[in-house]
Amino acid sequence: MIVLEVAVFLLVAAAGTAVVLTRDPLNQAIVASFYGLVLGIMFLVYQAPDVALSQITVGAVALPLMILLALAKVRALEGSRGRDDR
Amino acid sequence: MTPRLRRRVFLAAAAVAGALLLWGLTGLPDYGVYNGPYGDVLNRVAVAERKATNVVASVTFDYRGVDTMGEEYILFAAVLGVAILLRAQRDETEQPPDEDAADRRAPGTSNAVRVIGLALVGPVVLFGIYVVSHGHLSPGGGFQGGVVLATAALLVFLSGEYVTLRRLSPEVVLDTAESVGAAGYVAVGLLGVAAGATFLANVLPLGHPGALLSAGTIPVINLAVGLEVAGGFVLLLSEFLEQTLVIRRPGEVT
Repeated sequence: MIVLEVAVFLLVAAAGTAVVLTRDPLNQAIVASFYGLVLGIMFLVYQAPDVALSQITVGAVALPLMILLALAKVRALEGSRGRDDR
Repeated sequence: MTPRLRRRVFLAAAAVAGALLLWGLTGLPDYGVYNGPYGDVLNRVAVAERKATNVVASVTFDYRGVDTMGEEYILFAAVLGVAILLRAQRDETEQPPDEDAADRRAPGTSNAVRVIGLALVGPVVLFGIYVVSHGHLSPGGGFQGGVVLATAALLVFLSGEYVTLRRLSPEVVLDTAESVGAAGYVAVGLLGVAAGATFLANVLPLGHPGALLSAGTIPVINLAVGLEVAGGFVLLLSEFLEQTLVIRRPGEVT
């Protein structure tokens, strides 16, 4: 059990670092989704399945989706500005 | 502020914050040691007192039900704020989303995604209902199940069916679900007052532990929260999708 706990801790640390090191927002949304999933697994390992369920649905699905949709809107606006310049 | 000065201010602030953090860490109990009495007491008495086999649910929806009501209204207020912020502005126009437009954000969905997405909608809805209705028996509850239900709507959109999504979830239905869910929590609370006990007191028959109809008000509150969360999240999703797919600023790429 202790091996599992150490492994999941290292995984969370690695995934969290990956989110910070990813600079492109689009990629970051995907990496953050993976981080949300890993965090959910950590809650499961520590026997908090209720929290794990919320974490996976919100952290791995809802939050990245909001970021993606916001990015899509921003890109549409930037696209229009690019067209005006030409 | 020059970059040099800014760096110095940051280093000073980081040193203080780091020292405080380390100081706090030294005062924590050892790894795996639990000192608080409440968890132990609840583990001993909660199932007998409330007949809910998921002790977490009896804590969140009964022993500290008022806190959870506050949490529910945080989400309610957040969805309300998003709906107000993302409404169509005066200089924006709404256009019917044309799924075929080349630079629209409607994804060019492959047949595989379409089939898998639509095939998953049914099981996801069923799973969501299960998680909401069994919150007092097993891990889960209104919040988790509500978000699972909302992801069913997301699957419909991912299968390339934005128009279908709008037709399946008209705003009136979403608004009603969210409001009825939010009001339902308070109504269950007032039930306690009406019965001569305190607000949110568990006044319904408790039944036997493990039965679907047990634990008194806890499954009822779970149902209300499930409605509120599912309605709220789909509303949130719709508002974002509408901003991305339907609402156009003057000059914006269409």
